[in-house]
Amino acid sequence: MKKNALIAMVVSAALLLLVPQFLKNYGIYLLTYWLVFVIATMGLNLTVGYAGQKSLGQAAFFGIGAYTVAIMLKAGISWWLGLPAAALLCFVVGLGLGFPALRVQTIYLAFATLGFNTAAWLIMRNEEWLTGGTFGINNIVRPGLFGFSLEGNLAYYYLVLAFAVVLGVLLLGLLRSPWGKAFTALRDNPIRAESLGVDIRNYTLLSFAIGAAYAGVAGGLFASLVQFIEPAPFAVGASIMMYLMVVVGGPGYFLGPVLGAAVGVVVPEWLRDVPGVADWYLPLFGAAVVLLMIWLPEGLLSLPDRIKAKKQAKEASAARMASAQAASKSGTSS
Amino acid sequence: MSALLKVTDLKKSYGAIQAVGGVSFEVQPGEIFGVIGPNGSGKTTLFNSMLGQITPDSGQIELKGENVTQCGPMELNRKGVGRTFQTLQVFGKMTVRDNLIVAAQEHQGTMFSRMFAPGDSGLGAKADALIDRFRIRHVADKKAGELSYGQQKLVDIAMAFMSEPDLVLLDEPCAGVNPSLVGGISTLLKDLNRQPAGAKKSSFVVIEHNMDFVMDLCHRIMVMVEGKVMAIGTPEEIRGNKQVLDAYLGA
Repeated sequence: MKKNALIAMVVSAALLLLVPQFLKNYGIYLLTYWLVFVIATMGLNLTVGYAGQKSLGQAAFFGIGAYTVAIMLKAGISWWLGLPAAALLCFVVGLGLGFPALRVQTIYLAFATLGFNTAAWLIMRNEEWLTGGTFGINNIVRPGLFGFSLEGNLAYYYLVLAFAVVLGVLLLGLLRSPWGKAFTALRDNPIRAESLGVDIRNYTLLSFAIGAAYAGVAGGLFASLVQFIEPAPFAVGASIMMYLMVVVGGPGYFLGPVLGAAVGVVVPEWLRDVPGVADWYLPLFGAAVVLLMIWLPEGLLSLPDRIKAKKQAKEASAARMASAQAASKSGTSS
Repeated sequence: MSALLKVTDLKKSYGAIQAVGGVSFEVQPGEIFGVIGPNGSGKTTLFNSMLGQITPDSGQIELKGENVTQCGPMELNRKGVGRTFQTLQVFGKMTVRDNLIVAAQEHQGTMFSRMFAPGDSGLGAKADALIDRFRIRHVADKKAGELSYGQQKLVDIAMAFMSEPDLVLLDEPCAGVNPSLVGGISTLLKDLNRQPAGAKKSSFVVIEHNMDFVMDLCHRIMVMVEGKVMAIGTPEEIRGNKQVLDAYLGA
């Protein structure tokens, strides 16, 4: 198993590094777009999948990150300062959004976060002096690094890839520390967790804050990727889409967002280019999600676990059958 | 010897209904203390007050001489109160081993230091020792939610002992458990009381409807009726108390 994991890692690293070399601009753009959403949904997976807090506000943080970087760039501040600022601001606002979660849960929390997303979106749209309103902010530049320009699509792809890998490793480290168990305990049974000394208040707030910070970084990367932002991509619909990506990939599975974001970003684009399907790609995509939720309600990555469980059940029943037969045989012979 | 737990004149009302009306008792270090009484006698309200789930209207709860009346469940646990639940309360998606580890990890270091601690918080050996004691080795790496009811009940009880608590509150440990396992749980608890999992000896407070279990396990028993204490004494004294027999055991 260890060996397989290593091989899978080497192969995916090679693919991620080499494939863009053979792609045209649009392909590279699409891959970068996917990675941006991998980062944002990785954060949401922590909030929703591991800590069990139903948040429908991730797009607001994504937007706050994007606007922070864009506005700071316009003010002449370096991108490399803007991005950490975006993460920090989202962390703080995320901490604030965690407070309703201390009082309400499940669908009620989803509504509360949805309200937050709407409010954030209204600020982006209405406060023209800050955000440019519906005209948005254009000519957002991409950063340079050590004198190298990352303006080109390929160079920028590698930058986003580097961020995705580093943030992924950090999250994995966090989830493998005692924090990972505390988050899971909070999700599975908060009352029991509290009775075991788990500070459910702090873990709830931090699951929001860290998840939001990831969306903030993703938003900053997004702003420089598309180079023009306006409020639309940060509306409630985008939050629902991100939630969907987590659910489709498999909430609580570390690689769930990688798959979920691929389904949410790449598949619709791909379907759009398939001849004959172009007019139908949205209904097709929707139908595919509905079917997936019926057959694999715990997401695509729950499939191996399912197969394993089925196999075990089969083996167990075969063993029972064998022992029953053996018992009846010994009964007749004696 | 000073009492480990001292409850003084505890009162709690819900509207016009007085659930607990002035209950006082003490639990000594190492003692197994049973609480019995018919439905609606205030056992659960008393328990919830001792666990910080609800705040009593008046009265005082002292743990090791410290007033803990206002403490919440998390604080109480960190001060040394473990508990089990009447209904199954394990973390279903975690393995049995991880269930035990998470049951004690928050007692070590700070939140910040735990971010950099090893995944098992150095509690692996301790968890394994309890796994052996509870004879759940064969399911240790299974997800707790996949186990049978009885097995989950054992995990639930084992979790309460992971952090070496001074006091363990057991809320109907035999509820829904088949008779053969009731005996097993009783033996386990007696064993844990004599030979603790850690360095410290734990006292137990047990709420249970199974009379044979309570009489067999507990050193002393308190009988509650309508929110008040009817009697406190050894199992023999309780068995011989006519008032108790009329009100409860005779039924």
